[in-house]
Amino acid sequence: MINKQVSSVEAAVSKIYDGATVMIGGFGEAGSPIELIHGLIDQGAKNLTVINNNTGSGHVGLAALIENKRVAKMICSFPKSANSLVFPNLYRKNEIELELVPQGTLAERIRAGGAGVPAFYTATSVGTPLADGKEVRNINGRDYVLEYGLTADFALIKCLKADRYGNLIYNKTARNFAPIMAMAAENTIVQTKEFVSIGDIDPEVVVTPGVFVDQVVIISNPLLESVLVSAGEVYP
Amino acid sequence: MSEQNIGWSRDQMAERAAQDIPNGAYVNLGIGIPEKVVRYVPEGREVIYHTENGLLGMGDAPKEGQEDPELINAGKKLVTAVPGASYFHHADSFSMIRGNHIDICVLGAMQVAENGDLANWSTGNPDSIPAVGGAMDLVAGVKIINVISQHVTNKGYPKLVGKCTFPLTGVGVVKRIYTDLAVIDVTPLGFKIIELAPGVSFEYVQERTGCRLIAV
Repeated sequence: MINKQVSSVEAAVSKIYDGATVMIGGFGEAGSPIELIHGLIDQGAKNLTVINNNTGSGHVGLAALIENKRVAKMICSFPKSANSLVFPNLYRKNEIELELVPQGTLAERIRAGGAGVPAFYTATSVGTPLADGKEVRNINGRDYVLEYGLTADFALIKCLKADRYGNLIYNKTARNFAPIMAMAAENTIVQTKEFVSIGDIDPEVVVTPGVFVDQVVIISNPLLESVLVSAGEVYP
Repeated sequence: MSEQNIGWSRDQMAERAAQDIPNGAYVNLGIGIPEKVVRYVPEGREVIYHTENGLLGMGDAPKEGQEDPELINAGKKLVTAVPGASYFHHADSFSMIRGNHIDICVLGAMQVAENGDLANWSTGNPDSIPAVGGAMDLVAGVKIINVISQHVTNKGYPKLVGKCTFPLTGVGVVKRIYTDLAVIDVTPLGFKIIELAPGVSFEYVQERTGCRLIAV
């Protein structure tokens, strides 16, 4: 019998190793798998390369992972936002590396990685500093920049409903990067609010088919980043 | 500076930009003054708003008690979804942008050059944290890129210039600019005034612009 459910966050993140590349879902707090990130902090893996659109806020979730010096490099499109102090401080001290990628190029690189496409050309960033040093090719009269697909050793994502096959559906704009990260990671770890029986999710509405998912852990009442940040919480 | 009463207010700039959004358009609005455009689309026109974090059919801010922290816009503000809306993942969302499916994008600007170059993501200051978001994707892929911006910076420097000094977001991408002083088109011959704000003269705008303007 296939059953991707694991009993705890601790078990779900246990295989993540030093130096791994980890994709973390979420756009701001929407879709941020806070419990899995906190589990990763507890687990202790370090020297990670983390792929996320942002760099977290306050001193919880992704910001806490960075603050606890587990992240050597961030690949993201928008590393500063309200209440985002941890990353800027480390970046100014040269203690963390940044690869800045336009948001759509970041999404497409992840999709390409998940689809077995090693590289592609895009018009985004042509003529800007973010195209410096990259191959440019003129196709049908327009210049395009060569960008490479992104894959990861692990993905940490959050969903609304999952079944034991790993079929997933999401909540509103919390979907954001999760479906493509699930495709691009070797080992996709999911926290779900609800765990349902096989067949309860209509095949017509499955967003992430189970083949892209490896482990599912139930977090019925996930923490909210904004609530933790306004309460001044610091993890751990 | 005692010039605050001259020209259009931020809301009037947004209202003017909204006049140019046709019925049926799919529209993406940048953060800041562009967000106000949504309030001023003329009655009788149906416009669909795209927010690049993954929603087509974005509605107003939620009523108190109906907020969902997982229903936000690209500026990470709480929003609603209108009937007929759809959610999708980031690669699909940026396929709408990069695949030329969005009709109009209205963005803020730090500088616009007379050839349509846009700079709106970085001052190039080495102490600042570089952050680009979806700006470069929007200018590369949306059919029409318009800008809403004050005509000059807080310190009075022109934002409309012969050549951008800040790092570019895109090359030759801007079509029309709505400032507090005028509506200006980017043409093959340079910036052309389309409309002046009430009480504002061509000379007044020219004095505050970094390159030669073409009169109406």
